[in-house]
Amino acid sequence: MKKYECPDCGYIYDEAIGAEHEGYPAGTAFKDLPEDFPCPDCFVREKPDFVEQSS
Amino acid sequence: MTENINKIQTGIENSGVEDATATAIEEDSGWIKSKRYLYWTSMVLPGVPILSAFLASETGNGLWLWSLLFAWYAILPVLDHFLGLDSANPSDELVEELGKDRYYVYIMYGATVAHWLAIIYVGYTIATVDFSWFNILGASLSVGLSNGLALVAGHELGHKVNDKGQVFAAKVILACSGYGHFFIEHNKGHHKDVATPEDPATSRFGESIYKFVQREVPGAFRRAWELETARLHRLGKSEWSFSNEIIQPALITIAAYTLMLAYFGPIMIPFLAIGAAFGWWQLTSANYIEHYGLMRERAANGRYERCQARHSWNSNQKASNLVLLHLQRHSDHHAHPTRPYQVLRDYPEVPALPYGYPTMFFVSFFPSVFYSLMNPMVINWAEGDMNKVNIDPDVKDEMMKRYHNPKVAKAA
Repeated sequence: MKKYECPDCGYIYDEAIGAEHEGYPAGTAFKDLPEDFPCPDCFVREKPDFVEQSS
Repeated sequence: MTENINKIQTGIENSGVEDATATAIEEDSGWIKSKRYLYWTSMVLPGVPILSAFLASETGNGLWLWSLLFAWYAILPVLDHFLGLDSANPSDELVEELGKDRYYVYIMYGATVAHWLAIIYVGYTIATVDFSWFNILGASLSVGLSNGLALVAGHELGHKVNDKGQVFAAKVILACSGYGHFFIEHNKGHHKDVATPEDPATSRFGESIYKFVQREVPGAFRRAWELETARLHRLGKSEWSFSNEIIQPALITIAAYTLMLAYFGPIMIPFLAIGAAFGWWQLTSANYIEHYGLMRERAANGRYERCQARHSWNSNQKASNLVLLHLQRHSDHHAHPTRPYQVLRDYPEVPALPYGYPTMFFVSFFPSVFYSLMNPMVINWAEGDMNKVNIDPDVKDEMMKRYHNPKVAKAA
C-alpha cells in the first residue's frame, strides 16, 4: 500500500484508506484512480500532480 | 499539513514576494494578533438586524430595519476609505500557530448560530409588529445582506472538507438562504474552472452583473448537481438519497422556512424570498468582481494553465477584510483553498481592485460606471492583447475592434 501527497495542501492519498467520501473505497490503488481525480481536500491539484511518498 | 501551509509556491512566483513582506511582518504581528478579537465582527454583524428589529419595535420607527443595508453600502465603504490598507501578513510561524488554533473555527460556529437567530428574530418582529411595506422591505434586504455574510462564513467552513464539524456547520449556515449546493459547486467547480469561459462563476469582460447573474445562478446549480450525482454514482447510490449533500442543506432550509411560515404567517413568504434572493445577490456580486475579464491561457494540448495569482482581483482594505474573513485576499485563497481565513496573505503586484468589496458591489449596480473603472484595468492587465481577455462572446467583435492593440502588447 502506497501513499501519495498533494503538493498544494498536503493531503495524503493512502491506498489503505482510499477516499471514501468521494467514492474511492479503502484499498483503491492510486493507479486505478481516474486521471482527472482531484485532491479531495483542496480540489486544485489532480492525480498527475501527486507525489509518491517514500516510506 | 502545516509544513505545506507554510509553503508559498503555487501561483505566487514573484521571488521578491517573501522579502517585500518580511519587513512588514515584524511590526505588525501585534495587529495580526489583535485581529483575533476583531473577528468577533462575524458574530456581531448578524446581531445588527437583531438589534435594529428590537429598536424598531421599541421605538415604533421602522426605519431601523434598514440598518444593516445602510451599514454595508454606506458605513463600511467610508471605514474602508479611512482605515486604509492592511499591510500586515502573518509570518510562517504565525501561519502555523494561528492556522491550527480552533478558536477561529469556534467564531464560525458562533456565526452559524447568529445568522439563523437574525432570520428568526427579524421574521418574528415583522410578523408581530405593524410596519409599513417599505420598512418590511428594509428588514428583508437587511436579512438578505446578513444571508450574504452567512455565505462568506459558509464559504470558509465549506472549504474544510476534512473536518466533519465544519462541513456540518457549512451546510447549516449555507441553508440560511437555501444555497447549500454552494460548497460543492465552489470547491470542485469554481476552483477548477476559475478564470475560464467555462466557469459560470467567473464574469466576462463587457458582461453586466445583470447578465452575469442569469448565467451564474443556474450554471452553478447545474454544475453542483452534476458533481454530486457523479460522486453518489461512484458510491453506488442514487442522487435522490439522503446522502446527497445538496439535498441535506435544502431540507434544513425547507424545514426552517416552513416552520417560520407556520408560526409567523404569510408575511414570511416575501420576507424569506427577498432575504434569500438578496443573499444570493451578495454572492453574485462577489463572483462578479473577483475575476472580471481575467483569463487563464490555454496550452496547445487544450489544458488551461494553472490558476495563478494574476487571475484574481484582490483588495486589501482593512475594514472589509475583517468583515469578509480576508476573502478579498483572493489570489492567496485560490493558491491555497484550504488555508484558513486568519492566515491568508496579501502579495504585492497581484491585480488589485480600486476599492474594497462593499464599494465595488455598489459600483457594479451601474454597469457603465463599473466598465469605466474596470475595463482599462483589464486591458492594462492583458497588456493590450484582448485575445488574453475573457470577453463576453456577444460583444466580442465590438470589444476587439475598440480595445485590441497588439502593438501595445508587443511593446510591453
